[in-house]
Amino acid sequence: MTKSTKKSNISRRGFLKAGAAAAGAAAGSGAITGFPTIWAQEIKDIELRHVGVSYSVVKAIGDQAAKDLGFKVTMQNLDTSAAINRFITQPNTVDICDLEGWQAKLAAKRGVIQGIEAKRIKEFDNFLPIFTKGELDGAKIANEGISPYAALYLDGKDSTELHDGVSEWLTNVPQVYNADSIGYRPDLVDHPVTEWKDLIDPKYKGKAAILDVPAIGIMDAALCMESAGLIQYGDKGNMTKEEIDKTIDKLIELKRDGHFRATWTTFDQSVQLMAAGEGVIQSMWSPAVAAVRTKEIPCIYAPVNKKDGKEGYRGWCNGMGLMKHLEGKKLDAAYEYMNWYLSGWQGAFVSRYGYYSPVPSTAKTQMTDTEWAYWYEGKPAPEAITDPYGVPMEPAGTKRDGGSFVERVTNISCWNTLMDEAAYMNKRWNDFKVA
Amino acid sequence: MKLNKTAVGWLNVTPLLAIMVPFFIMPIIVVAIASIMQTDGFGGMFMDPTLENYTYVFQSALTYRLYFETIKFAALTLIFSAFIGFWVAYFLVFHVRSKLLAMGLFLICTVPFWTSNIIRMISWIPLLGKEGLINQALMAMGFIDAPLEFLLYSDFAVVVAYVHQLTIFMIVPIFNSMARIDKRVVEAALDAGASKFDIMRYIILPMSKSGIALGAIFVVSIVMGDFFVVKVMSGGGTASVVGAFYEDIGVLQYPSAAASAIVLTILVMLMVALILRVVDIRKEITQ
Repeated sequence: MTKSTKKSNISRRGFLKAGAAAAGAAAGSGAITGFPTIWAQEIKDIELRHVGVSYSVVKAIGDQAAKDLGFKVTMQNLDTSAAINRFITQPNTVDICDLEGWQAKLAAKRGVIQGIEAKRIKEFDNFLPIFTKGELDGAKIANEGISPYAALYLDGKDSTELHDGVSEWLTNVPQVYNADSIGYRPDLVDHPVTEWKDLIDPKYKGKAAILDVPAIGIMDAALCMESAGLIQYGDKGNMTKEEIDKTIDKLIELKRDGHFRATWTTFDQSVQLMAAGEGVIQSMWSPAVAAVRTKEIPCIYAPVNKKDGKEGYRGWCNGMGLMKHLEGKKLDAAYEYMNWYLSGWQGAFVSRYGYYSPVPSTAKTQMTDTEWAYWYEGKPAPEAITDPYGVPMEPAGTKRDGGSFVERVTNISCWNTLMDEAAYMNKRWNDFKVA
Repeated sequence: MKLNKTAVGWLNVTPLLAIMVPFFIMPIIVVAIASIMQTDGFGGMFMDPTLENYTYVFQSALTYRLYFETIKFAALTLIFSAFIGFWVAYFLVFHVRSKLLAMGLFLICTVPFWTSNIIRMISWIPLLGKEGLINQALMAMGFIDAPLEFLLYSDFAVVVAYVHQLTIFMIVPIFNSMARIDKRVVEAALDAGASKFDIMRYIILPMSKSGIALGAIFVVSIVMGDFFVVKVMSGGGTASVVGAFYEDIGVLQYPSAAASAIVLTILVMLMVALILRVVDIRKEITQ
């Protein structure tokens, strides 16, 4: 049901400090210059409601946007399934919707979003080709599941079908993404983990945990099964009933052997499990690993680089979609808002979480050389690293797990998705839960 | 103007109808209609009446396992919360002499309930975990060598959280019905030579029946309709009826979720009817 970010750990003071620092950085760099004052008169009554999951729709970002743009921005958080249900059933209560690839596909199909004009997105040409062409440095990006590229284009403004290949109209503007893998306690696991099969290794019986969001938990499980050589998949992102059955049956077998200490649904739960020593290895998100480390408990984010057609990260990407009802000045404001997102401040902000910006060239202008070296280049940090709210995270010299940005994203082997057999899969997942 | 009897009757039920119709009957009708519709798999629904959603619910072994789990939690919670609730209320009514003190203590019972359900549930985690207070204390005292794992992420943890959350729903109605027992009846029984056990059996228990039944209705319907406690406290180790159809909604399978919801509603209504059949609350209250 939910992923929630680590907002709970943030003291108000830390937040204010970070805000001041960010404002200083913005003023110093001169990158954000604001928008014409004539326009400012007309837009001050506009309010944009940006709705989505908490790790993507972040209040601090909305506040900064409102400050820079001069209109009101309200961030509302829901869990993934509540969000897509709201977009579809009450589209008029939302202005900007937070969409993953599969949600973009659904929202387009239901006709609740309007196509975004690619040429009105200023930085569109500076987007990494992962999103716009499905490749990076000439290497094709994985297309198992629903990749951001596969769900990016529409035939036209009011089209309800995705466009195969490049077009002028977008379903959403990608704004944050990452590659998920396994987190583990190096003090309690005796070797460096680089393969998913370690998560189902009997050695960690009673100490392993897995993500309990069926749609993506099943993919993590599939990566484990594939890695251990137990099951072969045609497409992990769109399994057949038979593949689902095999995967769930194996999960049930593991559960009956007492393999899983727990399953987790929210960010905080995953941190809690690991920090309290309930689990020593579990599928995990990068910022959650960082959150465990800020408690001075060793925790490593496993680099599961692709090898022999196995392994790889599970990628995800959230973008901004425009609801169909937007028009006139409000629509213009929404475009300004999306352009603001890609202008750097937000990119730098999410990078300090361990996520990435689809336009790293602008994010770079808002980051220190230290931050850039650590978060994007995978080099040892020249100085200490702090999180977006100014809380110290890593001492100087630390190297990011998983290496550079390019190394990580080119090792994504499947993307978050909604399978054709999702309803069947959900039922089988509940079989696993009650087993 | 003089209203006739029927009109007065209708006027009397108007407030109730004004709440029941828009907030209960209408939604149930909407859900019932959705439950016989079909889906295109993308959140779209079309009307082509089918009972397939129901046949699926009844044919799936999963349904029975989910109900077994949920009813098990409801029953365990009911037993423990009724037991605790009864004795707390008994103490407050019969052992605390001063009415003011009894009211004060009663209010103190509600203090933990001023915080949110979620906080009360989450606070058990640092207590029950592998490295939690209970395990640490037991290990320090040398009672156990390895942490007890069943304390957290288990059925035990789920029941603890439910009992903690719901005992107040037992205390309040039982306290209320006990408070209305005429103390002179107890005195008379004592004078007539009744034992403490007899007083309990023939006077207090029968006269608190309506309170227990009211509490049972709250506890059963809340546990049957909850999924969050099960999800968090079992560490995802088990599932619940509502949790399963919430996940259906997550993948936009509205009709099958609606069918499951209708089945659950009917079942809970039957359970409440059963409780009301055992104890005639209306009669007890108007006595």
